[in-house]
Amino acid sequence: MVLGEDVGVNGGVFRATEGLIEEFGPDRVIDTPLAESAIIGTAFGMAVYGLRPVPEIQFCGFLPPAYDQIISHVARIRNRSRGRFTAPMVIRAPYAGGIHAPEHHSESPEAFYAHIPGLKVVIPSTPYDAKGLLISAIRDPDPVLFLEPKSIYRAFREEVPEGEYTVPIGKARLVREGTDVTLIAWGAMVPVAEQAARQVEQEHGWSCEIIDLRTISPLDRDAVVGSVQKTGRCVIVHEAPRQCGLAAELVALINEHALLYLEAPVVRVTGFDTVMPLLALEQEYLPNPQRVVRGIVKAMTF
Amino acid sequence: MAQTRGKRTRTASRRVEGWIKPVEPEFETIQILRDDGSYDEASLPDLTDDQMKELYEWMVFARILDQRALNMQRQGRMGTYPPVGGQEAAQVGSAYALEKEDWLFPSYRESAAMMVHGMPPELTFLYWMGREEGAAAPEGVNVFTISIPIATQVPHAVGAAWAARLRGEKKAFLVYFGDGGTSEGDFHEGANFAGVFKAPVVLFCQNNHYAISVPLERQTASRTIAQKAVAYGFPGVRVDGNDVLAVYAVTREAVERARRGEGPTLIEAVTYRYGPHTTADDPTRYRTADEVKEWQERRDPIMRFRRFLESRGLWSEAQEEELQERLRERAAEVVRKAENYPKPEPTNMFDYMYAELPWNLKEQREALLQELAERGGAR
Repeated sequence: MVLGEDVGVNGGVFRATEGLIEEFGPDRVIDTPLAESAIIGTAFGMAVYGLRPVPEIQFCGFLPPAYDQIISHVARIRNRSRGRFTAPMVIRAPYAGGIHAPEHHSESPEAFYAHIPGLKVVIPSTPYDAKGLLISAIRDPDPVLFLEPKSIYRAFREEVPEGEYTVPIGKARLVREGTDVTLIAWGAMVPVAEQAARQVEQEHGWSCEIIDLRTISPLDRDAVVGSVQKTGRCVIVHEAPRQCGLAAELVALINEHALLYLEAPVVRVTGFDTVMPLLALEQEYLPNPQRVVRGIVKAMTF
Repeated sequence: MAQTRGKRTRTASRRVEGWIKPVEPEFETIQILRDDGSYDEASLPDLTDDQMKELYEWMVFARILDQRALNMQRQGRMGTYPPVGGQEAAQVGSAYALEKEDWLFPSYRESAAMMVHGMPPELTFLYWMGREEGAAAPEGVNVFTISIPIATQVPHAVGAAWAARLRGEKKAFLVYFGDGGTSEGDFHEGANFAGVFKAPVVLFCQNNHYAISVPLERQTASRTIAQKAVAYGFPGVRVDGNDVLAVYAVTREAVERARRGEGPTLIEAVTYRYGPHTTADDPTRYRTADEVKEWQERRDPIMRFRRFLESRGLWSEAQEEELQERLRERAAEVVRKAENYPKPEPTNMFDYMYAELPWNLKEQREALLQELAERGGAR
């Protein structure tokens, strides 16, 4: 079941649910009243009752009203009820910035949700992964927050198989093999990292290994640590603000498992600890390939 | 029409007021058993004599168990506990109106209602003793887990009710909350969804006049809670929550409405909380002893119903004595069961975090086991 604001007749403000109501009818594709807490709360009620709802929050900047339902119930019900009740639901929300949107439409709140025990957080960066991860998320017996980087909804095309297939949750993707430095990114920062990698290869002859995390919680610790043990240097890129962002958690993991392999401190290229500015300054805020290149240089020349 | 900068001058003979007229909806408080125990035969609900005695026994048992729990908490045998004393009729009367396949969504004070609908009271005791094992009802008992965050259970019940209707089931969903809960966003959002989607849900408000210390007048400017239903497009009804027959009758009708697909009902049951909000609260700070006494002595739900049963020749002093003895023994058994539950394993906190533990939880669980082994060895 799909439910949320404008998901039915309108097909979703990003057209993500286009065509569904025509195919599956108004009982399974539901335009709800404008109330995020109730969208998630009622979806939770459906899930514990045995359905598999996929509620949508129109922008993850509007997740906060539903935060109570997520942290107090969705993430906890299996634990609270010793498994008698569970919440196999997927909460979808467009995520991150870069589309010149109004305030609150460009947020990157993955850290808030990664910090909730009992929840999984997934962020695809390619069409192939988006479909495979969404199917995995829907099949997952536990609740998943599925964040869709909106600036790359239509950025590029790739082959996507017609039938059902899954991409495993909790496993990162090796985007590019390399030897000199590990770049870790997710969402719309993956293409940014790729661009930076091409640039430093051209300008410095450095070989970057790029890891697309794909799942923020649970993190693919082995992929991260394995790569850093190989390269000895690491640059982490995320749009979200620096303080207490996911990069900090990754640095801690690298510290615990690969400290003696490091040739340089792990570099974080992140959004500033400011409110994401409105469109006029958006491009100054977002990590861009130049900023990532500067970070790679810092790691390589320590 | 003349208009000078910054100052509007009036033109005679134009209308300036009278557009806004307050509307005060009338909601009578339904009562079958009056305070003095009198009643009209024609108003009596469709219950057999045995069923009425059963209602009475449930209320008495709820009160005895409540007292036990309060005692246990004082003795350090139970954690913070939210007593139900005074609200027995509101809970027992409403829960009794459900069929076995109907669902009950409690807040945190509904120990009496949950028990009537099949929740083993020893599990509720176990829960307040700090064990997650007491939270979930056994399979086949359609009682959801309690909800501490206020009113968050309203959307849950609406969602589940909606799911049942989509499946073509003819079930009713009864969700409980207090007067304080009607201020929360989730009450309004949930009620609104219930109305829009015609969910087969009964929203049951126990108006016990206080949300911890905050009185009803500070919770809402509405004269009644029942009238809030008007805003959401479905019927609201106000009932004397200390009249178990009225509570039963009204809830029964609302449940049947839901089952027939006629949508939600909001029930406001006017009652009173004899005890503190929880054992961590001191109500003498915000209520007078006189007020409590008034409710306990003139409007007690159990007393009123006992008088009714006696007036119909269904109850006697001898039966009361027998009941008290039998129920005290059962209560002792409840306490025994709860207290003899096997001790928890520290690793239990990992067991139900996910269907399958991710690597980080596996490692943390291992670390805890290590720590426990070291502690054990050190002894």
